[in-house]
Amino acid sequence: MNIEKMTAQEIRGGIIEKQFTAKEVIASYFERIYEKDTIIDGFLTLCREEALTQAAGIDEKIKKGEQLGRLGGVPIAIKDNICTNGIKTTCASRMLHDFIPPYDATVIKKLREADAIIIGKTNMDEFAMGSSTENSAFKKTRNPWDRERVPGGSSGGSAAVVSAGMAPIALGSDTGGSIRQPAAFCGVVGLKPTYGLVSRFGLIAFGSSLDQIGPLSNNVKDSALVLEAIQGEDKFDNTSVKHSITEAYMSCIEGGVKGMRIAVPVEFFQSGLDEEIAASIKESIEKFKALGAVVEDISLPITAEGLSAYYIISSAEASSNLARFDGIRYGFRTEEFGDLDELMEKSRSEGFGEEVKRRIMLGTYALSSGYYDAYYNRAQKLRKKIKEQFVKVFESYDLILSPTSPVLPFKIGEKSSDPIEMYLADIYTININLAGIPALSMPCGFSKTGLPIGLQIIGPHYGEDKIFKAAYALEQELKLIAMQPML
Amino acid sequence: MDFETIIGLEIHAELDTKSKIFCSCSTEFGAKPNENTCPICLGIPGTLPVLNEEVVNLAMKAGTILNCEINKLNKMDRKNYFYPDLPKAYQTSQYDIPICKGGYVDIEVEGVKRRVRLNRIHMEEDAGKLVHLEDEESSLIDYNRVGVPLIEIVTEPDLRSVDEAITFLRTLKAMLEYGEISDCRMEQGSLRCDANISIRRMGQDTLNTRVELKNLNSFKELQKALEKEEKRQKELYTFGEEDKIKQETRRWDSAKGKTVPMRSKEDAHDYRYFPEPDLVPIIINDIQIQEIKQALPEMPMEKKKRFEELYGLKEKEIDIIIGDKALSQYYEALIAYGTNPKIGANWILGNMLKFLNEKELETDQIPVHPEALYKLTEMIAAGRISITAGQEVFKEMFYTGKGAEEIVKIKGLDQISDTADLERIIKSVLDSNPQSLSDYIAGKTQAAGFLMGQIMKASKGKANPQVAKSLLDEQLKQR
Repeated sequence: MNIEKMTAQEIRGGIIEKQFTAKEVIASYFERIYEKDTIIDGFLTLCREEALTQAAGIDEKIKKGEQLGRLGGVPIAIKDNICTNGIKTTCASRMLHDFIPPYDATVIKKLREADAIIIGKTNMDEFAMGSSTENSAFKKTRNPWDRERVPGGSSGGSAAVVSAGMAPIALGSDTGGSIRQPAAFCGVVGLKPTYGLVSRFGLIAFGSSLDQIGPLSNNVKDSALVLEAIQGEDKFDNTSVKHSITEAYMSCIEGGVKGMRIAVPVEFFQSGLDEEIAASIKESIEKFKALGAVVEDISLPITAEGLSAYYIISSAEASSNLARFDGIRYGFRTEEFGDLDELMEKSRSEGFGEEVKRRIMLGTYALSSGYYDAYYNRAQKLRKKIKEQFVKVFESYDLILSPTSPVLPFKIGEKSSDPIEMYLADIYTININLAGIPALSMPCGFSKTGLPIGLQIIGPHYGEDKIFKAAYALEQELKLIAMQPML
Repeated sequence: MDFETIIGLEIHAELDTKSKIFCSCSTEFGAKPNENTCPICLGIPGTLPVLNEEVVNLAMKAGTILNCEINKLNKMDRKNYFYPDLPKAYQTSQYDIPICKGGYVDIEVEGVKRRVRLNRIHMEEDAGKLVHLEDEESSLIDYNRVGVPLIEIVTEPDLRSVDEAITFLRTLKAMLEYGEISDCRMEQGSLRCDANISIRRMGQDTLNTRVELKNLNSFKELQKALEKEEKRQKELYTFGEEDKIKQETRRWDSAKGKTVPMRSKEDAHDYRYFPEPDLVPIIINDIQIQEIKQALPEMPMEKKKRFEELYGLKEKEIDIIIGDKALSQYYEALIAYGTNPKIGANWILGNMLKFLNEKELETDQIPVHPEALYKLTEMIAAGRISITAGQEVFKEMFYTGKGAEEIVKIKGLDQISDTADLERIIKSVLDSNPQSLSDYIAGKTQAAGFLMGQIMKASKGKANPQVAKSLLDEQLKQR
């Protein structure tokens, strides 16, 4: 069984057709994990026993002739900030090194209902803060295309294990690019859905108004398949929204781009963008034109401003969201303390890593009385302006194209000493979160040195169907799916 | 020197909902520690709040009965601070846009009417409770109360005396009870009050430095704390040491009978309020406001008017009965069974309150069902037992829960109204008191009183006095 090349649909199909059993699928994925994760370090926790038990259940269903769920027997890796009942969920933080949630996130429930099989929890930047997965308190994940380089972040573990064939699909979370940037760095497909389309219940919050769970996969159809399984209104998430067309991604995905109007903001191709990436994106633009889309240059002058607004809003929310980790009820507690204040201060000082503390400080400052108007309020106004600009573009266009990252995957340690440089890696992705719109990153080429390049396809609110259509059409044209990292 | 006292109150009332503000846990008081908790109210990572709509309805209702303006576009905000009783390390509250603005409550103290203006009412969640163990290094935390919905009602500094503050709180409490907004049990913490107090010279129109008093858990404590603080401030002014009055929060220590400093203005938290991103805005429309208005239960003032018109009670009697919702409900039930309103009020204001006090019971814990008391009043009205016997029966009913019928039978308290029986008793009394009889005949009419007493004595108090009296009169006429 050549599992690393199989799509989620092929796995489900194979089980239904009785070409192989779910148990065989799980066993062979774990074989690959045991062999390859020693050099990639993408997983933090593996759940082999639970996965095999669940697989036996799937095989039982097949025997009895019962219908399989949308993701029947498909292994899935979960970013370690999504709560899994009874399975450690650490956010790659010392603070939660032993935290075992007493409940399943809504997406996990939905995956189980769809008969997907959770095989493990993946590495990430601590509390999803970072763009390289180097901020994990536990290990550094390597980019399967060049193990000297980072897989991107913060969902670096999820992107790396999908890229390395250790899982056909994975879930990540994206607050400012944390699904799309690692997808670009690892040469896989990553989608950040419209804010509110997927329930956040059970996602350990970073920036509540920006966070969104989404799929990482080796191809566009699997991305749509997973989204169909996890989307939908949730009574446990007040910000989740019911949307009527969400079930129809797979049925219209092959519709093509003929007549689609696609915008390319000229600002996204100015200084700071790697030349090879620019060239590769332009090639894709030509392909879209050839496929019958109308592609036009537009002006969208928000790129740099968004970065400051993003770091203020996300850090402000994070400073509040992460305040509950005080050493009182669960998680890390300092060894010695004299009184209550010392217990909380020392637990937080020792339990959180540098980047997390930096953002808590930044966010606390931005919300302080006397600074609130100058920072948080101004950032919110800017956010509103950014959203309006995108909405306006989508009055005339179906989609927007851009690079996912301005740079190719960088070397481990190369940027970890300079937070500002690291923040700039998110420049094309953060505005999407501020606007609450969906965007997908897909591989569109390789650098001369063999590193993957990501194209970002941005859609209007609830425009995932359009994004999938365009991405699928380009994927068929580029034929990059066959490209796998040599491991 | 004449001084004027300026008081403003901040009242927290737990809303009378079945479940908590953001999850489905019960709000029932008195459960085992941490029994009424779930991952959501415990703030377990990844969980999110879902607003209980009943909280918004009750807050709107409070605003409606307290004459406030209801905000149509509402949001929740996070108030950030670290404390172990607050599992999310922020309290979800309302900051710059409260659900209700303005409003007022009219009060009357010794004939002086005053309109006390409200500043705002906002919705928020309660925190848990720390339990400090004696001789132990660690403390325990009970999170049952965390997430119980509250409204905070803030008055303007419109109260001018301790009496006014007490009367205001009593009036407000009755309104919240009648409105079925809160059960207002101060002893269980479902109604809590903080007070701001300052002093100024009569005629001065600016406000001086105020002191905030906390931990005022009953009317008695509120009164004592305000009086004490009023005295402290007045003394400082009298001796020209008013600069010693600092803007600070003082805690009322009921054991020591004084206020002690808690924190100064400089130590005040920066709560870093910001809009709660996990909850969407709460939009209220005119239809909802209209529905609340139409479904309002009877308020104390309306009930007072009705009582005045229907029952012919004294104003003071009415005030006591309606000042307590449970008591007024009991009274109305009693009247509905058929007890005479005046007699019913006498029973409640007399023996009932006395026994409740003795047994330390609340007015919603009256052990005698209104129907049982009605039966007792009927027995007396029908002349079956005397009023004196009735009081004995009532005490027995109150303490044992037995019915009047049963007690009367066991104790043999039935009055003798049978003419033949009474005539026999009267005859024997007259026969054995010839002196009194001849006194009467000689014109000393007061002798009849003595003879009546002897009849009651001979019947062991069971003789129906009216019947016995007329029979005695007849007998005396014949002799």
